[in-house]
Parts: sequence; structure tokens; C-alpha cells
Amino acid sequence: MRAILKKCYLWLIFIFLYAPILVLILFSFNVSRSRGNWGGLSLRWYGELFQDRAIMTALGNTVLIALVAAAVSAAVGTVAAVGIYRLKGWKKSFVMNITYLPILNPDIVIGISMMILFIAMSFPRGMASLIVSHITFGLPYGVISVLPKLAQLDPQIFDAALDLGATPREAYFKVILPQILPGVFTGFLLAFTMSVDDFVVSFFVTGNGVANLAISIYSMSRRGINPKINAVLTLLFIAVAAMMYLIQRRLRKSSREAV
Amino acid sequence: MDSKVKKFFKVILSASVVVLLLISSGCGGSRQTLNVFNWGDYIDPQVLKDFEEEFDIRVVYEEFDTNEDMYVKIANNSGKYDVAIPSDYMIKRMINEDMLIPIDLSMISNYGGIEERHKRLPFDEDNQYSVPYMWGTVGILYNTTMVDEEVDSWDILWDSKYEKQIFMINSMRDSIGITLKRLGYSLNTKNEREILAARDALLEQKPLVLSYVGDEMKDKMVAGEAALTVAWSGDAAVCISENEDLAYVIPEEGSNIWVDSMVIPKTAQNVEAAHQFINFLCRPEVGLMNAEYIEYASPIGAVREQLPEEVTGDIAFYPGVDDLQNSEVFEDLSDTLEIYDRVWTEVLAR
Amino acid sequence: MKRNWLLYPYVVWMILFTVVPILLVFYYSVTVQGGGFSLTMAHYARVFEPLYMSVIWRSIQLALVSTIACFILGYPVAMILANSPDKQQFSLIVLFVVPMWMNFLARTYAWLSIMENNGIINAFLGLIGVGPLSLLYNAGAVVLGMVYNYVPFMVFPIYTVLRKLDPSLIEAAEDLGANPVRSFLKVTFPLSLPGVLSGVTMVFMPSVTTFAISQLLGGGQFTLIGNLIEQQYLRTYDWGFGSALSIILMIIILISMGLMSRSNVYEEGGLI
Repeated sequence: MRAILKKCYLWLIFIFLYAPILVLILFSFNVSRSRGNWGGLSLRWYGELFQDRAIMTALGNTVLIALVAAAVSAAVGTVAAVGIYRLKGWKKSFVMNITYLPILNPDIVIGISMMILFIAMSFPRGMASLIVSHITFGLPYGVISVLPKLAQLDPQIFDAALDLGATPREAYFKVILPQILPGVFTGFLLAFTMSVDDFVVSFFVTGNGVANLAISIYSMSRRGINPKINAVLTLLFIAVAAMMYLIQRRLRKSSREAV
Repeated sequence: MDSKVKKFFKVILSASVVVLLLISSGCGGSRQTLNVFNWGDYIDPQVLKDFEEEFDIRVVYEEFDTNEDMYVKIANNSGKYDVAIPSDYMIKRMINEDMLIPIDLSMISNYGGIEERHKRLPFDEDNQYSVPYMWGTVGILYNTTMVDEEVDSWDILWDSKYEKQIFMINSMRDSIGITLKRLGYSLNTKNEREILAARDALLEQKPLVLSYVGDEMKDKMVAGEAALTVAWSGDAAVCISENEDLAYVIPEEGSNIWVDSMVIPKTAQNVEAAHQFINFLCRPEVGLMNAEYIEYASPIGAVREQLPEEVTGDIAFYPGVDDLQNSEVFEDLSDTLEIYDRVWTEVLAR
Repeated sequence: MKRNWLLYPYVVWMILFTVVPILLVFYYSVTVQGGGFSLTMAHYARVFEPLYMSVIWRSIQLALVSTIACFILGYPVAMILANSPDKQQFSLIVLFVVPMWMNFLARTYAWLSIMENNGIINAFLGLIGVGPLSLLYNAGAVVLGMVYNYVPFMVFPIYTVLRKLDPSLIEAAEDLGANPVRSFLKVTFPLSLPGVLSGVTMVFMPSVTTFAISQLLGGGQFTLIGNLIEQQYLRTYDWGFGSALSIILMIIILISMGLMSRSNVYEEGGLI
């Protein structure tokens, strides 16, 4: 009885989470432009989508920014985490505090403050400012995902590798890195998710007509929503779902191997 | 384990290569670019494509919601726009603040086609900085299935019968402007008492308002989400052509008559292409495409002649000079602007 | 200490792009715009005018309501997740993460189609002869948008903590005669508090600062502090006032963080 109740509750929550997404998918196949009436199934908006340069560019920008920001955040974050791990005392708390700053700082303050900085520096607004800002709020996730993995490391392992004849370089890449790799991967995923999900920071720091998907949706929602957006979001959803499925299968496989 | 590490770095490496390729292809090519900054949904996309093809110039097109929006983006240099299309009062402000480059009319060979009535306008008396793009009025767009009575006054937007069936425009000058008109004042008033009276009226109206909207108003009015809205004439025309139940009037108290004109900001990188683009938009056939697509009134004489009589004959959309006696053009408010800003912030915030 | 060079790029980057910008905001908040270095407190004084205080108060209220709603909805989910078989856990977590990859604005905007006068809910209500109900453009719609977007932030940290709970503690409590309700109240819940606290912060913070949700679902008339800031920066061009509001917003966040004490799930391990 309790099990059934639990299941029902979980189902309700998932319905709540997925209802809007299902609606989007449904309406992406609606032949009529208006959301009010159902005009029948069609792939019309998918056809028009690929003709729409603005939306396709925005989609490309979103993926590009997320990839670059996540890669840099994971790489630099890992290196920094190794450095932070060795720190002690006030230096450590100082570095940890600036690490938590972008996580705790409200989006809108990050957005406007970076906008002011870019204006003050005459930094080119557009792709460059978007990537820099996404790296900035992604980096802390790179760091904090790796730190716990470092804490779990056996402190002797590095020296053991050296004793066995490894160079420090080899010791890092062949011994330490594989152990913290799951953390690096988590950091990459978190930074990627944050980047894809962001609207507020991008909205403030962009310029010169460069838009990611969020920005173009926002400006579109103010001008009458275009069914092509439903189509692009449906495609995005399918891509995300497929990717998650693959990751999950790989993890299952590797966990079975581990057992 | 080792191979996993390698795989991970391979993925990252190949991703960054792809990224580099994309970036280089993005800015690649020796093709010139032209940055255009215009109102949302305010050009026929085909016009941009035609321009790109004919002149081999890539158009980077960006949109804004309100004049104030556009002003801030240009003032803080967040884009190096070559052509922008703001309205009258904003053009005056930008001229005063030395933000525009004079337009070389000798490069605008189609300038002669613009009706005399739209030249030497008060905000740019010497025709130095701006070339008119579209013009129109502000009025009431209403759904005749939801509003039985005759609409001829702004008062109806304050009628509690229509509680939560009214849209207002989320645009400071327009919303305060029509309120001032309703109260019998000038919509350019610098008298603080009058502005505060408008504020009180707007606050009194707020409970009746369903939403303060931007361009999404069009979709929503067509779908019948509200009975009445403040609207710009061309948007009204677009809505009426999609939903016959809608009608548009300019209230008797008078309204705002506006002109959106093309200007070249000081930050422009490609002044020559900017002139070419402005001249292109002044071509009668291009003007006609735009007028048919966005349905605002075109200042180009030849366009007016080619449009069907039922459009140009309708005084709601192509009003003559006599039809607009009570209406005014927005002027730059200079220092009083601060009071307007505050009033509008207050209306939305309360 | 020889490895400190590893840190330099990171620390320099973070100071340049997070600390310096905040200092700039502070600078704008205490100077007269265009007036060089002349100091002023006028921007802060304006924040404390009753009108703007009411906006701040409204933001806090709506954020509190959504935080409580997220807690009520999210805690049971976290419990169910933590108690489900290991094999299922990952899939369930994934189901929570997937919507987050469909940009937050896209998800919010989808609610418009559902709740409009001509939207899906009203279409259904119309079939059974009710309505149409005016669902959008009110406080409820704004809260719904917040809950929808931020409920995963409540579920994850609680789940992380609950999963690590030693089941023998609960067994011990039940062996000692506590009924399930009592063992939950006396054992499970107190031990999960760190997760609850970080969940509460992670929901409260974005809720109190949002401007897009109130803009889209509130119809521009539910001005929150985020909307005020956006307006000052992007429309009225009053950076001084906008900056003062931002600084006040940061202080509100810091105070609420202080109230919650410093707890963070991340120090205990990643989410995935």
C-alpha cells in the first residue's frame, strides 16, 4: 500500500515536471500557428526551423558556449583543486570563499556586475563575453566536484608511485588523475548544465546581436511565440534524453564491471 | 583506467577543435557585415535576404523592445550598430547627446521619394541625421465581440466593466502619454503636477489591467485573450487582418503621432554599408514589401499609391494632416525624463 | 608549497571576474552617475522609500512561499529516491536532471501555453463547462513558475544527505519502540537538516532574485527586486540606483545564508 502511494506521488511530481515539456513537443507538431487550436499533425515547423538562420545560430551558440565553458571549467578547476587541496589556513579559506562567491551570488548580480566590468574594460561583447562569463560561473563547479575526490585519495599513493619509479608527471597522469576522473566528469557535467540552463547572466553580458537559445526565446516570448521554438526544443529534448540514456548505460556497465 | 583518461581528453580535445573551427568559420570570410538594430518584428525578413544577396554584405540583425532599451544598449556600447531605427523623441535625445553621425543624403538617391510631409520634422529640422522608415499613431485596439459600445475615448481603458480584460503597453512614453491625453494635458508636459496626476490615474487603472505587454500583445489580441489594448497602428492592422472581430480607433482626445527613422550611431563600423542599407529601404518596391508585411504607414509616396485603396483610405491607418489635430509628436523631455522614469517605475512596482 | 603556481590562473581569473565586478557595482552605488568621484548615499536612501521596500518585501514573501512549497513537495521525493533500490536511483535522478537541460526560460514559457485563457487547462475546463479561469498574471502563477524551476534544487541536497544516513540508526530507533512517525521526527529529519538547509538556500536565492519568471508569468505587474534592477540597468539607465538595489540584494542573501548557518552539500560529495 505504501509502495503504491509512493509510486503515485513520484508519478505526480514527474507529470508536473514534464507536463510543459510534453506540451511543447505536442505543439511542435501542430500545423496551426496559434496555440489555441489544434490544426492537425505536421512537420511544418521542423522544415521551417532549418531555414531559420537566427534560431539555428542561437542553438549552435548555446552548444558551443556550453562545451567551451564546461571543458575549461573542468580542466582549470581540476588543476586549481589540486592546488587548493594542498593549501592550509587563511589562504585556503580565502580561495574557498572566492570559489563559493559565484555560486552564492545571485545570477542577476553576476550578470550586471560582469556587464559593468566588460563595459569598463571595453571587452568585446558577444561570443567572447558570453564564454568568459559562463566559464566564471562554471569554474567553481569544476573545483568543488574534484575536491572531495582528492580528499578520498590515499595520501601515500603519490609517493608510492614515485618510489616505484614513476616521474612526478607520470604519477599525476597515471595515478592521481584516473582516481579523480569521476569528479572531473561531474564538474564538466555540472558546468555544462549550468551553461545550458543559464539565461540571466547571458542576457546581461551579451551584445552585438549574439544570442543563445535562452536570449532568443526571451525576445521571442515578447513578440508572439514562434512554433519553430517548440520544434527546436523538442529536438534538444530528444538529444538530451538520448545522451542521458547512453551515459546511464555506460555507468551501469562500468559499475557491473567494478562489482 | 588509462584508456579512459585518454578517451576523456580525446573528447575534450576534439570538442575544442570543433569549437575552434566553428569560431573561425563564424568570423571567417572577407564578406563585410552590417549591424542593424531595429524594433522586434519590424521588417520583412525577405528584405534582409535580398539586401545580402544584392550587396554581398552579411546583415547581423538585432531587435529591441523599446526606445529606452535601444538607447541604453547604444550608450553603453554593447553593440557596434551601423543602422538603428528609433523614434522621434529618442532621435532628438541622441542628437543632443552627440550619438549620431550625419547622413550623407547624396548617397540616399531614393530620398526624393519620401513625402514632403515627413521631411524636416521637429526632431531633426534640417534632415541631417534621420531618414523616415515608418510612421503611425497610438490608439485603442478592441475586440468587438467583447466590447458593445462605441469606442471613442481613452476613458474606456479606465472602465471597471472591463476589469482584467485590458492590456497596457509596457512602454513608458506611450502609457504615460495617453494618460496625459485623457486628462487633457500635452503628452510632452514638463509640469510635474500634471505628470503626477497621470501617475495617479495609472495607479487607479492598475487593478483593471490584465498585463503590461510588449509585442506579444499581437498574438494575444488575435487569440482573444483581452478585450481592449493600447496599440500602435500597424500592430493593430496586423491583428485585424488575422482576426476580423478586432477594430482600431484613435480616441477623440487625441493621441501620439510618431515616426521611426533610420539613423547611423557614432559607433558605426561600416558607414558606407549603412548608407546603402538606408537607401535600399527607401526603394519603393522594398518599402512596399515592408509596408505589406508589418502594415505600418510608409512615408514613401510611391508605396502609398501602390497599396490598396481600402488600406490607404482608412484614416485610422493613413490619417491625413487634418485628422490628427489633437495629436502630438513626442518631444525629448531632457531633465523631466527623470520624473517620467520614476513615475513609470512606480506604476509597475506598486 | 611548490605547487602553488597551479592556483594562480584560477585565483586571478576569479578575482578579475567576480570580485572586481562586485566592487564596480559598489562603486556605482555610492557615486553620482556621470559625476566623477562625488560620493552620494542618495541611491541607498531611495531603496528605503516605502514603494521600493514594498517591492523587496513582496520578493521575499513570494520567495518564501515558493521555498516552503518546494520543501513540502521535494522532501518526500528525496525520501522516496533515497529509499529506492540503487539500480533505480540513478535513473530517477536523471529524470530530474533532464528538464534542467531544456533551458529554464523555455520551460517557463511552456507554462504560458498551459495556463492562458485559451490554453490547455481552460480548454479542458471548457469541455466540462467551467471557466475560462484567469490563471496567468497573478501571484500564484509567479509562485508556480518558481516552484517548477527550482524544486530539483530542493530534492538533490536532501537526497544526498538522506542517502548517506546509516539505516541502522532508524532500525535502532524502531527497535527502541519508536513508531515510524516518531523515528522520522526524532532521527531522520534532524539528521537530514543540513540537506534541508542547503536546499532551502538553493531555492530561496534564485526565487528572490528572479526577474524573468515574474516578467513572463506575472505580466509585468508583479515587480520583484530583480525586475527593478533589470529596469534600472536596461531601461531607465539609472545604474546608481540599480547598483544600490543589487548590493542590498546581496546583503539579503548573505543574511539569509548566515541564518541558515554554513552548510553545503558540495563539501560532502558531488550530486551525481
